[in-house]
Amino acid sequence: MLNIHNLHVAINDTPILKGLTLAINAGEVHAIMGPNGAGKSTLSYALAGRDGYDVTEGSVTYNGHNLLAMKPHERATTGIFLGFQYPVEIPGVSNVNFLRTAMNAMRKRRGEAELSGGEFLKLVKTKSAALGMDYEMLKRPVNVGFSGGEKKRNEMVQMAMINPTLAILDETDSGLDIDALRVVAQGINALRAPDKAILLITHYQRLLDYVVPDYIHVLADGRIVKTGDKSLAHELERDGYAGIAA
Amino acid sequence: MNAVPTKRNELWRYSDLQAVAAVWPLPAPEHIIVPAGGEFSRAIVQDAADNEVAIQTIDLVIGKDARAVFDILNYGGSFGRIAIRAVLHENAHFRLNTVQLGRARQTLEIVCTIIHAELGATSRQTVRTVLTDKATGTYLGKIQVMKAAQKTDASQSSKALLLSRLATVNTKPELEIHADDVKCAHGATVGELDKNALFYLQTRGLDEAEAKSLLTRAFVMSVIDDVQDSVVRDNMIAHTDMWLDKVAL
Repeated sequence: MLNIHNLHVAINDTPILKGLTLAINAGEVHAIMGPNGAGKSTLSYALAGRDGYDVTEGSVTYNGHNLLAMKPHERATTGIFLGFQYPVEIPGVSNVNFLRTAMNAMRKRRGEAELSGGEFLKLVKTKSAALGMDYEMLKRPVNVGFSGGEKKRNEMVQMAMINPTLAILDETDSGLDIDALRVVAQGINALRAPDKAILLITHYQRLLDYVVPDYIHVLADGRIVKTGDKSLAHELERDGYAGIAA
Repeated sequence: MNAVPTKRNELWRYSDLQAVAAVWPLPAPEHIIVPAGGEFSRAIVQDAADNEVAIQTIDLVIGKDARAVFDILNYGGSFGRIAIRAVLHENAHFRLNTVQLGRARQTLEIVCTIIHAELGATSRQTVRTVLTDKATGTYLGKIQVMKAAQKTDASQSSKALLLSRLATVNTKPELEIHADDVKCAHGATVGELDKNALFYLQTRGLDEAEAKSLLTRAFVMSVIDDVQDSVVRDNMIAHTDMWLDKVAL
């Protein structure tokens, strides 16, 4: 599904990713762990197409298409979802209005019928209830005045609604209490399917107790330095990154 | 009202003076008197054709315990100016909700002079200006608090959003206070669309133009949401959406 080959990414001419190679197949859950400054967020932003993240070398294909040639909204439309470490507050735009506008924009571009108000409402009520998000909160402006946990819960509602093929979750677990962490894990697990893939980017092993990945990769200094199964997370927790990355 | 104003006249300093000269002399201002205890509201949608010069001048007196509300969308004409001078008597209330939307080489301005003449009057002004291309948008807001106007409570909030680096905004709050027990607040900001928010929206499937349009709409909706009359509000929203469709974001 996703093939990253020898990816080099620079920000303001400073190299951050220095030859990252990773293949993710449908049905798989991959976790990327690594110390601060290893390039974890840079990877997620580069995959989502953010301005200022310059790919200087390497390639990324998604279902055979050159991902790097696509604009951020095209990447979203083709099925890639980025869950933010710090979801952005957007005053004046209600969650429901934003979500409906976004979903219908993508459906239109894919040549699908737009969701009617009724269809959308039914879907959003079901999905938000399943994730314990009060529907009243969804009428409020996007993430404005939301706690850290509520913002991440909101990311999960958006993901459930958009139903992506590849979800890239950038430290979605950071700063969460145990209840919010469970909700996030529930959202991620609900997306698991043979035709979908998930890339979890995380600093701690905690989330991986709830979402068991097929592979764990250790990112250090812009490269993947070690790959293993779920037991690697506990090794990291015990020995720290220093031992592994050295 | 005789000689054509020049740049030296503070109230015309940022105007398109060539356009002003073409329509000079201006008709006499519209006089509105809101009697004691009265209620007055006026909605203005200034949507003159592209090449027109549209200048409106209003002289307003708000009597004791009376209220006046102006809801304004200023977006038409090559030069569009709305000037309001209001004198507030005891416990009078003045409210101004304004959106300006400028594009191409338009010059748009709101000039508001509020005179708190007596005890305890309140005034609230909210102005949101969006400019793209090479447009110019101006808000001159003067608040004068006379000696007798103790307990005045006046506020001005002016925010401008620049969608183009070639657009110009002038925003000038001016306070002239002769009483000592008053509350006068003013705030002015000028900014661009938040890049984080734009990227966030794009990762959710909106293209750049759609994302900009959504954020711009939200910026002006903070004023339009305050408009009490739902017919006026819906009309302002419809005009805003037309404008957003017309400009290349």
